Amino acid sequence: MTAGLILQTFQTVLAILLAPLLMGWVNQCRAWLQGRAAPPLTQPYRVIRKLFHKDAVLAHDAGPLFRFAPYILFACMALAAGIVPTIANDLPFSPAADVIALVGLFALARVFLALAAMDIGTAFGTLGARREMLISFLAEPALLMVFFTASLISHSTELPVIVETLAHKEFVIYPSMAFAAVAFWMVSTAENARIPIDNPTTHLELTMIHEAMILEYSARHLALIEWAVALKLFVYSALGIALFVPWGIAPAGDLAALPLAILALLAKMLAGGAGLAVLETLSAKMRLFRAPEFLGTAFMLAVLGMLTHFLLEA
Amino acid sequence: MLDATPLDWAWGIVLYWLLLAGAGLACRRHARLVTGLLFPLGALGALAMAAVGLAGLALPAGHFVLPIGLPDLPFHLRLDALSGVFLALLGAAAFGVTVYGAGYFRSMEAGPLALLALWYHLFLAGMALVLLADDAYAFMVAWELMALSSYFLVTTDHKVPVIRKAGFLYLLIAHVGAVALLLCFGVLQGGHGAYTFDYMRSAALTPFWASAAFLLALFGFGAKAGLVPLHVWLPEAHPAAPSPVSALMSGVMLKTAVYGLLRVTFDLLNVQLAWWGSLAIALGLLTALYGVVFAAVQSDMKRLLAWSSIENVGIILAGFGLTVIFYADGKGGLAALTLTALLYHAVNHAFFKGLLFVGTGSVLHSTGVRHMGALGGLIRFMPWTAWLTLVGVLAIAGLPPLNGFVSEWLLLQAFLLTPGLSHQYLNMIIPVAAAAVALAAALAAYVMVKFYGVVFLGQPRAENLRHAHDAGWPERLGMAWLAAGCVLLGLFPSVVIGWLAPVTRLLLSQTLVNDGNWLMLAPVSAERASYAPVVFFLVVVAITLVVFFGVKRVYHGRTRRAAPWDCGFPEQDARMQDSAEGFGQPIRQIFSVFMRVERETPDPFDAQPRYRGDSRDKVWLLAYQPIADLVAWLSAQAGRLQHGSIQWYLIYSFATLIFLLVFTR
Repeated sequence: MTAGLILQTFQTVLAILLAPLLMGWVNQCRAWLQGRAAPPLTQPYRVIRKLFHKDAVLAHDAGPLFRFAPYILFACMALAAGIVPTIANDLPFSPAADVIALVGLFALARVFLALAAMDIGTAFGTLGARREMLISFLAEPALLMVFFTASLISHSTELPVIVETLAHKEFVIYPSMAFAAVAFWMVSTAENARIPIDNPTTHLELTMIHEAMILEYSARHLALIEWAVALKLFVYSALGIALFVPWGIAPAGDLAALPLAILALLAKMLAGGAGLAVLETLSAKMRLFRAPEFLGTAFMLAVLGMLTHFLLEA
Repeated sequence: MLDATPLDWAWGIVLYWLLLAGAGLACRRHARLVTGLLFPLGALGALAMAAVGLAGLALPAGHFVLPIGLPDLPFHLRLDALSGVFLALLGAAAFGVTVYGAGYFRSMEAGPLALLALWYHLFLAGMALVLLADDAYAFMVAWELMALSSYFLVTTDHKVPVIRKAGFLYLLIAHVGAVALLLCFGVLQGGHGAYTFDYMRSAALTPFWASAAFLLALFGFGAKAGLVPLHVWLPEAHPAAPSPVSALMSGVMLKTAVYGLLRVTFDLLNVQLAWWGSLAIALGLLTALYGVVFAAVQSDMKRLLAWSSIENVGIILAGFGLTVIFYADGKGGLAALTLTALLYHAVNHAFFKGLLFVGTGSVLHSTGVRHMGALGGLIRFMPWTAWLTLVGVLAIAGLPPLNGFVSEWLLLQAFLLTPGLSHQYLNMIIPVAAAAVALAAALAAYVMVKFYGVVFLGQPRAENLRHAHDAGWPERLGMAWLAAGCVLLGLFPSVVIGWLAPVTRLLLSQTLVNDGNWLMLAPVSAERASYAPVVFFLVVVAITLVVFFGVKRVYHGRTRRAAPWDCGFPEQDARMQDSAEGFGQPIRQIFSVFMRVERETPDPFDAQPRYRGDSRDKVWLLAYQPIADLVAWLSAQAGRLQHGSIQWYLIYSFATLIFLLVFTR
């Protein structure tokens, strides 16, 4: 139990600290692919540090909801980082929330951010909130379907059990997980405000989704949001790893496997980040009303994955 | 007194409410007495009823026969676990709403107020009697008492034509439903003329007649619950009523229909065919999606909530269908899980929908506006109402760690367990149906962000909103009770599931196994799924606080105030925010097949432009409008017989006489 608690804390803190690094790596890869001079790997840390030192500027009508939303967002993402197995599999916090609760946790963070965006009552804030809720209501069922496929295979909605089944039992190829993986990638681009649904580096207000919601934030609030966004990308990557390439995550009670697990995690994150950058470079952002088609496809793929499970694996 | 059973108490409270109803009529000139005394007394009765319901859950069923009613048909009353849980729901929700009402109704005039107190307490008594009735006759009398008293409550503002129309529609569909119920009981008694539920339990029906009874019950109770396509009255009638009444109708009255469906299907029929469940799931999911899509495009805040009630009823009905399927397949444990989920959702919905409806009541009371496009920014002027409503909003959006999430979680777990079924196709299709539940839940979050964001956040869209006053103390107390219910039901699901166990034992002779402890919810097994809301909540709060104080200590925490940035756009005003129509626009575009959109776009040179977009329900246009037109046409034809000249009427009498003479020969 104590070892589990230490591992749990270690894993969560590691995720919080490493998250901006992943963001920096993706940005670096993107810059290379686009033929630009890349910012240093530590650029996100510098941005966060700079923002923490600035004076916060709040709009006159900003209420407590607006001021507290970044903290809640950050807390939700930190808890999510604690639930998803990244390096080890015996996590005492994990039974507190299964994958469905994880989806609920993301929804909680999102709803708070959307409400905060509407708090001041600017045109772009409400626009961002509306679009974010639109994207999310399309993405959430697809995400749940992906999780359902995984939990139908492992007969559990607990992430450690899913990882245990996929990684540490005898090796089986699950065709359903291939469908689920594509659907998961499509959903995670939408949920993390990446191309082709949203563009994290956009400067064109009318196409913004996530950025429009956080336009009014500055200084420490913005720093927390940026950090939470990086953490969210990290958690989604960790989820993708746990579901589709879980090999390397240390099984319960095996402390000796930890160093290898950390190395495996780093390698997979590097590969995943580079892959994300490639995909982002190859595709263009789509019109907002193409998003339902894109996410509808993701949903259908996830459902197909589930049916494949019944037809081939049951 | 001490050895009185819960049933005696329940009957006593019903009498007490009837007494209060009479007292209301006597207080026609003393408005203060009604709100200051009668409503608080009624609330105490509700609290006692909640306690009685909980006691009824724990104790064995009690019944007695009342020597009232027709000579050969005395009233049979019975309180078992199923009645107990719904009585507890009724009492707990009605307590909050009635306390709220004690403050809310203070602005009414004495005359209408006295009538309102009469119907309000009759309504409470009627709902309690529905839950207690143990024979078809008492059930129908109570059902009608509930329908009629709520009709008069809906038409409290009967001087407004729209409200009279809404009331008529409600009365009409309530009675179409009641006729179906009457026929259902007729089938259930199996031709022997005995109308007690005891007899119906023992009567063996052939599958054909059992199915007929089930379909009639589904129709009759579905009409009361707002099942698509019988839902058309609900978005008209619920918003028309005064807000506390809307809260009771949405939160409690719809649940009496759920109760009736459970009572007939599991208790009286007890021969479940799996296709009943499939039908109920299909209808439930259709209702849930239809309701939530329409909720998203509403601009009237109470109509939005009414549509959202349709969605929640749909989810409950889908859970009901799944219970039937599991039970018919002999999977008692899974049926227990699903039944628990649906009862849990019914209780949750009573709390959060009650809270949201009374919250809109406070807004309506202090601004006089129901249209969301004329509200905004109320969190600054009505902080109590706004923050308490926020709890309800987060709960209904299905967010952890509040109560709405727990029931959705349980239901999704149940859907995931369907591969255990022995039907080949059902076990493949039903997990996919879980996607529809997930979609409805995600859309509910959209709806609630729209509702809260447009009404309470942002800039006030009219100048007079700046003078909006917050709710008074009784209102705050009522809302706080309901909000506390949302939080506690969310944090301690294991306790609630323990309370619900007698119901599953009664209906399915099996209880839900909780593999966790009081902290952790783990139906079936902890290996399979678990959720510990308290841990969840504490961790989120702890990290929030640590980060908040950490950031404050390590850095400077300086803050300046300035005009909003909004990409440097200089002239911003409240009209640039999303209106309710604007926020619903994506949904309108995506789901345009279900609705007929009527738009009024302003002239470009209009200095005070107003946009109006109305999304009409196609079910009304396709199914109800033709019937209404046909009835109007038939009555116009019948009207031709009336000429107003005495000769013609004499000829009619003469012709009738000849006709009858021919036949009687």
